[in-house]
Amino acid sequence: MAGQDRPELVAAPDETALEAAFQARVDAETRIEPRDWMPEKYRRFMIRQISQHAHSEYVGMLPEGNWITRAPTLRRKAALLAKIQDEAGHAAYLYSAAETLGTTRDQTLEDLHSGKAKYSSIFNYPVLTWADIGTIGWLVDGAAIVNQVALCRTSYGPYARAMVRICKEESFHQRQGFEIMTTLAHGAPEQKEMAQDALNRWWWPALMMFGPHDADSPNSEIAFKWKVKRQSNDELRQRFVDMTIPQADFLGLSVPDPDLTWNETTGHYDFGPIDWDEFWRVVKGDGLCNRDRLDARRSAHEDGAWVREAAMAHAEKKRAAKQNVA
Amino acid sequence: MTTAKEWPLWEVFIRSRDGLHHKHAGSLHAPDAELAIQNARDLYTRRSEGVSSWVIPSADIVASEPADKESLFDPAASKVYRHPTFYTIPDEVTNI
Amino acid sequence: MNAPAADRDAALFRYLLRLGDTSHVLCHRLGEWCGHGPIMEEDIALTNVALDLIGQARLFYQYAGEVEGKGRSEDELAFLRPERDFNNLLLVEQPNGDYARTMARQFLFDAWNLLLFRGLEQSTDPRIAEIAAKAVKEITYHRRHSAGWVIRMGDGTEESRRRIVAAFEQLMGFTAEFFHMDDIDRQMADAGIGPDLSALRDPWMADVEAVLAEATLGWPTATWSVLGGRHEGRHTEHLGYMLAEMQSMQRQYPGLNW
Repeated sequence: MAGQDRPELVAAPDETALEAAFQARVDAETRIEPRDWMPEKYRRFMIRQISQHAHSEYVGMLPEGNWITRAPTLRRKAALLAKIQDEAGHAAYLYSAAETLGTTRDQTLEDLHSGKAKYSSIFNYPVLTWADIGTIGWLVDGAAIVNQVALCRTSYGPYARAMVRICKEESFHQRQGFEIMTTLAHGAPEQKEMAQDALNRWWWPALMMFGPHDADSPNSEIAFKWKVKRQSNDELRQRFVDMTIPQADFLGLSVPDPDLTWNETTGHYDFGPIDWDEFWRVVKGDGLCNRDRLDARRSAHEDGAWVREAAMAHAEKKRAAKQNVA
Repeated sequence: MTTAKEWPLWEVFIRSRDGLHHKHAGSLHAPDAELAIQNARDLYTRRSEGVSSWVIPSADIVASEPADKESLFDPAASKVYRHPTFYTIPDEVTNI
Repeated sequence: MNAPAADRDAALFRYLLRLGDTSHVLCHRLGEWCGHGPIMEEDIALTNVALDLIGQARLFYQYAGEVEGKGRSEDELAFLRPERDFNNLLLVEQPNGDYARTMARQFLFDAWNLLLFRGLEQSTDPRIAEIAAKAVKEITYHRRHSAGWVIRMGDGTEESRRRIVAAFEQLMGFTAEFFHMDDIDRQMADAGIGPDLSALRDPWMADVEAVLAEATLGWPTATWSVLGGRHEGRHTEHLGYMLAEMQSMQRQYPGLNW
C-alpha cells in the first residue's frame, strides 16, 4: 500500500511518461479507475465536475419539494415523492463517485454550503404553479437526460457507472413531467394558460443548462482531451431543441422565441440568442431563490448534525460493549 | 458547521435474483451495519433490483495495486492451454 | 339494500376513511421532510415510508369510495372533505418538530400500526385482508427503522437523549386514541373486519417498553391523554393548516383533472 498512500513516490520518476500512458489509456477508451495513476489536474477536474453534478441533484430536490404538500392528486403526490427521492439517491451515487477520488462527502458539502462550489443555476428559479412541476420534469429533466446520456461514456469509471444508473432511473422523471403537461394542455383554459406561462418562464433557463457556447467555455478543450465530455455544449443544446419543439407542438404550446424556425438545409431548428447576461446574473446571486436554496441545504445539514452524531456515538458504544464481552 | 466524524463509507453488493452472485452496486454512508443494510435497501433496491444484500465497510476492502496489474494478471494471458480451444480434436469426434 | 347491510356499509365506509386519513396525513408530514433530512440516506428512507403510506391510503380511499357507492374518487375523499370530517389519529397530524419528535411519533405509531395490520390481515373482508397482507411487510420495515432510531437517540449523545425524552413526553398522550373504541370499531370487531383495538394495548406496551429499555429510557412521565380525531373529527389546530395546504389545488380549481 505504501506507493498508493504516497503518490509522489509513483509520480516522481517520470511524470511525463505517466501522463502519456494515462492519455493513451483514455484514447484507447479504457476507463480510468479510482486507484489508477491520473494527473492531479484530472483528479481535481473530476472532483469539481462530479461534485457540482451531485450538488445539482441535492439542491434540485428543493424547488420540487416545495410542491409535495400541494400536489393536486394522490397519484401525482406519490410520483412527485418518488421523483424527488430519486434525486436524493442520485446525489448519493454522485457524492460516492467523488469520494473515490479522495475527497469526503463532508468536505464536498462544506464547499456547497460555503458557496465555493456551484450547482445548476436552473434551481435558483422559483417553482410557482403546478404547471412548473410538469415543466421541470419535461424540460429540466429532459435537458439533464441529454447531458447525462452523453456522460455515460465519460472516461472516469465510477462517474460513468453512476450516470448509467441515473439515466435508467430518470427516464420516468421526464415522462411524469410530460404527462402533467399533456393533462394541463388538454384541460380547462386556465390549465392551458398555466402550462404556457410555465413554459414561457422555463424555456430559456432550460437552454442555459447546457452551459455557455463552446467558444466561451474555458474547460471544454481539456474536457474533450480527457474524454470527460464527448459532445459540445452547443451540440447537446441543439439536440435538446430538436427533440423538444415537436413535443411542444404536440401540446399546442409555443416556446417564447420569435426567432425559432425549422431550417431545411441543416435539418435543425434555428433559435434566437440566449441572454447570457441573465445567466451570469443568476449564477452570481441575482436569482429569486439563490439564498433560499443554500439556506435550506445549510439548515438541513446543521439541524441534522446532532442526529448524525448520536448515531455515531451509539455505534461506538455498541462496538465498545462488544469488545468488552470478547 | 460540523466538526464531528462523518458516518463511515460502506460498499453495497446486491443479489439481483436467487441463483446469481452478489454484485457491487455502489456505496453509502451509515453509522452501523444495521443502518447500512437498511440504507442499502432504500438506496439500491427501490426498483426491485435485489433479493439479498451484503454491506462491507469500505475501509475493510483490500484491493490489488494498479501498479501490480501486469505482474498479477498479464501472465495468465500466455497460458492458452487452459482454454479448450487450444486442443485439436478431429471433426468426426463428437460430444467432447 | 336492507337496513342492516346499509348500516354495516356506512360503518365500514367510516372505518376505511379512518385508515386512509391516518396513512395520508402521516405521509404528508413525512413528505415535509423530503429534501430536508439530516443526511441524504435518511431522507431517502423517510420518503420510502411516505410512499408506502400513500399507497395504503389510496387503497383504503378507493375501497371507501366503492363502499359508499356515490362515485367519489380517492382524490375527492382526500382533497374535498373538511377538517371535521377527517378521521386520522391525532398523533400523526402533530408537526414534525426535530428528528427526535418525528422518530418518536413514527415509532409509537409503527408499533401500533403493525399490530393493527396483523389484525386486519385476518379480516373477514377479503379486500381489507389483501391490502393488509401487503402493508404488513412495509410496516414491519417502518417499525424496524423507527425503533432503531429511538435506540440510537436514547443511547446516543446527551443531546439526542434529551431530545428523544422530550419528544416522548410531548407525544405519549396522543396514543390513548390507539385503543379507544367507538360503536363503529366495535361493529367492525364483531364482524371480524378489524381487530379488537383494546386488545392491542398490552402487546403494544410490551414492544414500546422493550425498545425504550434498549434505548436506556424509561416510560414517559406525562400523564395527560386526549381523544377526538379518529372518532369525532375533533383535532388539534395543526390539521387545519395541513388541509389548507394539501387541499389548496382542488379547492382553488374545483372539478378539474390534474
